[in-house]
Amino acid sequence: MSSDSPDNSRRKFLTGSLSLVGGTGAAATLWPFLSSMAPSAKSRAAGAPVKVDISRLKDGEKIDLIWRKKPIWVVKRTKNMLDSINTNEGQHKDPMSENTEQQPDFAKNKFRSLKPEILVLEGVCTHLGCNPAFKSDENKFFCACHGSNFDLAGKVANGSPAGANLKVPPYRFEDENTIIVGELPQSDNESKG
Amino acid sequence: MSEISGKIDDKSSPSGVIGWVDERLPILSFVRNHLTHYYTPKNFNFWYFFGSLAFLILFLQIFTGIFLAMHYKPDAKLAFDSVEFIMRDVNLGWLIRYMHSTGASAFFVVVYLHMFRALMYGSFKKPRELIWLFGVFIYLALMAEAFMGYLLPWGQTSYWGAQVIINLFTTIPFIGQELGIWIRGDFAISDPTLTRFFALHIVAVPMVILLLVILHLAALHTVGSNNPDGVEIKKHKDENGVPLDGIPFHPYYTVKDFVGIGVFLFLFALTVFFIPEMGGYFLEHANFIPANPLVTPDHIAPVWYFTPFYSILRAIPDPAYGALAMAMSIVVLFFMPWIDSNPIKSIRYRSMLFRINLFVFVIGFLILGYLGVKAPTPLYSALALRFSEMYFIFFALLYFYSSARGNLYSYIFTGAIVFLIAIYDVARITSDNYISVLIGLASVCIFIMFMTLTPLFSNLNKEKQVPDRITG
Repeated sequence: MSSDSPDNSRRKFLTGSLSLVGGTGAAATLWPFLSSMAPSAKSRAAGAPVKVDISRLKDGEKIDLIWRKKPIWVVKRTKNMLDSINTNEGQHKDPMSENTEQQPDFAKNKFRSLKPEILVLEGVCTHLGCNPAFKSDENKFFCACHGSNFDLAGKVANGSPAGANLKVPPYRFEDENTIIVGELPQSDNESKG
Repeated sequence: MSEISGKIDDKSSPSGVIGWVDERLPILSFVRNHLTHYYTPKNFNFWYFFGSLAFLILFLQIFTGIFLAMHYKPDAKLAFDSVEFIMRDVNLGWLIRYMHSTGASAFFVVVYLHMFRALMYGSFKKPRELIWLFGVFIYLALMAEAFMGYLLPWGQTSYWGAQVIINLFTTIPFIGQELGIWIRGDFAISDPTLTRFFALHIVAVPMVILLLVILHLAALHTVGSNNPDGVEIKKHKDENGVPLDGIPFHPYYTVKDFVGIGVFLFLFALTVFFIPEMGGYFLEHANFIPANPLVTPDHIAPVWYFTPFYSILRAIPDPAYGALAMAMSIVVLFFMPWIDSNPIKSIRYRSMLFRINLFVFVIGFLILGYLGVKAPTPLYSALALRFSEMYFIFFALLYFYSSARGNLYSYIFTGAIVFLIAIYDVARITSDNYISVLIGLASVCIFIMFMTLTPLFSNLNKEKQVPDRITG
C-alpha cells in the first residue's frame, strides 16, 4: 500500500492543523457559557429607565429610588445647601468634574446637575460600594464604611479614601416635576446621534 | 535521582520545572503509563470509539449542568418557570439546556453501543470481569441520574414519570409503602422530592459516576484492552516488554478518537440545533405543561432509553412480579462474566448459533424499546411478554453455549425452559386469548429448540480456531 516508514512531517502537520481547528472550535464553544452569565433578558428589562415624581419633594429633602438595582438619590437642595458647594482646588479631588466616567456631559458643572436645586446621584460610594448617609445639617454625604466625605454635589473631599466623585446617572426631566432616570435629555441624545 | 529519571523517560531525563515537579508528583510518569507508553491492541475498529465518547459526554453533561444550575431554581413553585426562564431570558440558555438534554440521550446511545461492543467481543470475560462490573454500576448510576434529572423541569412527564418509577418501590413487600413515602419525603411527589432529587442529581450521583469511571479505567489499564479478535496482546512481547501487537494509546488512538469525536459532535450539534426534542423522544411534549398532581396526561411513556425495561415491567400483569422482572433484567447483567464462560471472546470465532442469539437479542431489545413508548394494546402486550421472555432466554442460551453440551443435557435444558414458559401460559390461558397465547408459546418454543437442539444434528454450533496473534 504505502512505504514502511510513515511520513512524520505530514502527520505532524495534520495533527497540528487538527488541533488548531479543534482548539478554536472548543474556545468558541465557551462563548454561550460565558454569555449565559451576563444579565439575562429579564434583568436587562428590569434595568429599563424609571420615572419619579418629585412634586411632593420638599426643600432640603432626599428621596431614594432604585434603578438597575442601585440606589438613586434625588435631593432638593436649599439655597443654603447650594451656597455650601464650591469648586475650590484644595478641598476636592476633582473639583471641576473632569472625570468623564462619573457624570454625563450635562452634569459637568458646578452643581453637577441639570437644574441647580435638583441633585440626582447614584448612592454608591466610589471607594468600595457602601451607601453614604445624607447629613443635611452638615451639608455633606458621609460614608460610614471607611469615612469618605462628599459635598452636596457629590464631590469627594480631599483626604477621603474614595477616589472619584459620586456618579451622576443619566436622567432627564419629562416635565417640571417628573424625572426619568436612565435616559439622557433629548438634546443630548440628538447631539450624540 | 538516577533511578527515578531512568523510570520516567528512557530517552532523556526530564529536567527543569517538569523534572522538579515529577519527582514530587508523578504527572509525567502518569502520562507515560496511561498514554504515551500504554499499549493498546492495534486492531481497534469502529466499536472502540464509544468509551472515549462516553467520557466526552460525561464532561459535557457536568459542564453544561454547572451552568444550568446557575439559573435553575429547585422549588416546586419556581422550577418550571425557571426552566422557561433559561429557555427564553438567559443569554443562549436554550442552547445550554438543549446541549444538556441531548447529552442525556446521547449518553445512553453511546453507552448502549459500548455495552453491545462488550457483548460482541467478550470484553466482560476473564480477566476483565471487574471492568464489566464497574461498567454495569455506571449504567445503573446513569439511569438514576437521568431519572432524577428528568424530574427537575417539573413538567407533566417529569411528575408522572417519577410517580410511576417511585411507585415501583412501593411494590416491595412489607416495607414498600413506607419506603415510597420516605423516598418522596411526602405522601405524594412534591417540593421535598424535587429538592432531594436536585441535590442527588447535581452532587451525589455525579460524584459516584466519576468515582466509578475512575475504577472502570483503573481496572481497564491494569489488564489492558480487549480487541475485535479477543486475543491477549500481552502474551507476545518484544525484548523491551512492549506487546508486539500493541501501539501506544497516544498518539495513535488519541488522534483516532478525535475523528470519532468530530463525527459525534457533528451529529450532536445537528440534534441540538435542529431537532432538540427529537419528535418528543428526547424531551416529551407533555413536559412543556407544568406538573399537575390532579391530571395525568393521556399517554405517558418513559424517555426512550428506559423503554425496553418499561416493556418488561408492563409485560407481567402484576405490580410486584412486573417490578421484579424489570429488576432482574438489570441484575442479570452483573452476572454476565459467569453466565457466559465460553473461553472464546470474540464473535469472529464463535458459532453461528451465538451470532443468531446475539442478533435476536438486539432486535428483541429494540422491539421492547419500541413497545415501551406505545400505549398497550392486546397485540403489543402479547409481543412485549414474548420479547421479555426472549430477553432472559438470551442469557440462558449464553450459558448453554459456554461449553459443548451432550444429548441428555441439551434435552433437559430445552425441556426446562419450555416447561417454565408453558406453565405460565397454562396459568393465564382463557377461551378469549388462547389463540395468541398458543401462537406466542409455539414461536418461543420453536426458537429455543432450534437454538439448543440443532447442535446435536448440525455444525451450527461449530466454533472457529482463535488465532494466536491479532489478524488484521
